[in-house]
Amino acid sequence: MDWINVIIQGVLVGGLYAMFAAGLSLIFGVMRLVNIAHGDLIVLAAYLALVITQTLGIGPLTALLIVVPAMALIGYLLQRILLNRTLGDDLLPPLLVTFGLSVIIQNGLLTVFTADSVKLQAGAIEVDTVRLAEGIYVGVLPLLQFAVAVAVIGGLQFVFYRTALGRAFRATADDPAVAQLMGLDNRHVFALAMALSLAVVAIAGVFLAVRANFDPSQGPARLIFGFEAVIVGGLGSLWGTLAGGLILGVAQAIGAHLNPGWQILAGHIAFLIVLAVRPQGLFPKVRM
Amino acid sequence: MSDSKRVRVVFESRASRIALVLFALGVIALAAAPYWGGRDDLQLLAEIYAYAALASLWNLLAGYAGLVSVGQQAYVGLGAYLLFALAILLGLSPLWALPLAGIISGLVAMPVAGLVFRLRGHYFAIGTWIVAEVFRLAASQVSLLGGGSGTSLPASMIIAIAPSRALRDAVEYWVALALALTILVAIVLLLRSRYGLALKAIRDSEVAARCSGIDVMRTKVLVYIVTACGTAMVGALIFLQRLRISPDAAFSVNDWTAFVIFITVIGGIGRIEGPIIGTIIFFVLRQTLADLGTLYLMMLGLVAIAVMLTAPKGVWGLIAERFGFSVFPLERRVILDDGTARK
Repeated sequence: MDWINVIIQGVLVGGLYAMFAAGLSLIFGVMRLVNIAHGDLIVLAAYLALVITQTLGIGPLTALLIVVPAMALIGYLLQRILLNRTLGDDLLPPLLVTFGLSVIIQNGLLTVFTADSVKLQAGAIEVDTVRLAEGIYVGVLPLLQFAVAVAVIGGLQFVFYRTALGRAFRATADDPAVAQLMGLDNRHVFALAMALSLAVVAIAGVFLAVRANFDPSQGPARLIFGFEAVIVGGLGSLWGTLAGGLILGVAQAIGAHLNPGWQILAGHIAFLIVLAVRPQGLFPKVRM
Repeated sequence: MSDSKRVRVVFESRASRIALVLFALGVIALAAAPYWGGRDDLQLLAEIYAYAALASLWNLLAGYAGLVSVGQQAYVGLGAYLLFALAILLGLSPLWALPLAGIISGLVAMPVAGLVFRLRGHYFAIGTWIVAEVFRLAASQVSLLGGGSGTSLPASMIIAIAPSRALRDAVEYWVALALALTILVAIVLLLRSRYGLALKAIRDSEVAARCSGIDVMRTKVLVYIVTACGTAMVGALIFLQRLRISPDAAFSVNDWTAFVIFITVIGGIGRIEGPIIGTIIFFVLRQTLADLGTLYLMMLGLVAIAVMLTAPKGVWGLIAERFGFSVFPLERRVILDDGTARK
């Protein structure tokens, strides 16, 4: 019973990791950009939700209605003003600029909110549980978080393969020059991809903030979890990314159950094992 | 080729020779620092040498081999922890433990390279970061070295370096200067060797380099291992001077990677002189603005972004392009017997 509980908890947390990963995987797929500030943007979204819930007196889930468009707007402007200028054959500029951005966001949050850890209060829903079977209880909030993660991945999958926007993303990813000839404005397409990525980041950030304490220094770890989920799942596959997140969550849960100090380490080791045995990931798909 | 006798291939030019003499005079003046400087001066200078060395090594890795790593803190911390382990657990003198820590780290870098080289480009960068995190978490599990809270170097080990405090300061200072110079010279020699040519060819076109018979993977792995070895020795020295180690300090991504990358980019990536200029700028800014705390770090990030977008070759890149000047020239020049030089 004990182990079943551990694995269920791992799977539920894994949904959150898949959301960290989905935004990362999306922009890499479209413009070959790895956003080092991704984790810090998740934490920024969490703080944004904190400020909004406190000033407007609304619940975290309602706050999503403001945080998601706000982060999407930040994403659009960020890409349009700054990151588009870094794209090209050389991989150093995007890496360095997003690395600098990460340092700026982290220290900016530190200046405004101090290093004290905070948490978003969601009210009664936080302690509600449902009984799955004899001796197995699952929190309503983790369950909701998992359902949202699956919905987000499914939604991204839909956007990518069933809409005009997705077709623009795929065309630009395949050949930016030809996409431009067909009348697409790459700068706009890239900015929309970043906006979508940060909309997912916003959802992930709010759930992160409700689930546990957070502070400005947590960004890099979120980036790393998301990255591990992408590689474990296999590049370019959104459902693979979900599976990668779940595997990471379960590995961490098992590690934590054996020894509280091993939680994060167990996740990293699971990642390194996949990298050693199956570097293309578990469900690879060359192109998104 | 009958012409071959009348043609010489050289690196130096008149300007570079003058610059090198000035550099050598500067080094002599710095080597005498224990006679003219106080304890604080020595510590600051040693820290400057450490950062210049770390930035030069990162420059070799990212600027010349195209391996953009954000996980070099893995080797700073590994070297430092090895020094403490060798000194505390095996009773080795810290000055012997220092090169040994470098060699062991080089050996550790081999299997690590096997793993992270499966990732390319950006993914390689984050992969190296994960390795550093694994090292950090592993170090905090070693209870013999204080676990998560770290440990100090025992007094007997400190005395083993030199009996008096003044002498110890001087010895550690000279070791820092010697290590930084050794690393600098090693990098220049490596880049002037056939490996340097291979790296340049790889940087220009990996496919063309492979067609010319260059083993691209082997060359990159070699640079990765050499860099790990040097980085670890610098890390060991930094924490030998601090006398205290903890996983969070030894594997800090801010201290050993963010600063080092900013230094290299602001100074000029892909040039030997860049990291040195960058280090000087970094320390001038730090000494004047460090009171601003987090604001200072934000400014540093902004400056690095601005440099990357507007002058991607950095400060030295601007100087070198304007004056065609270099202290450590890496380009071969052909001198014909009539005295004319060709690049």
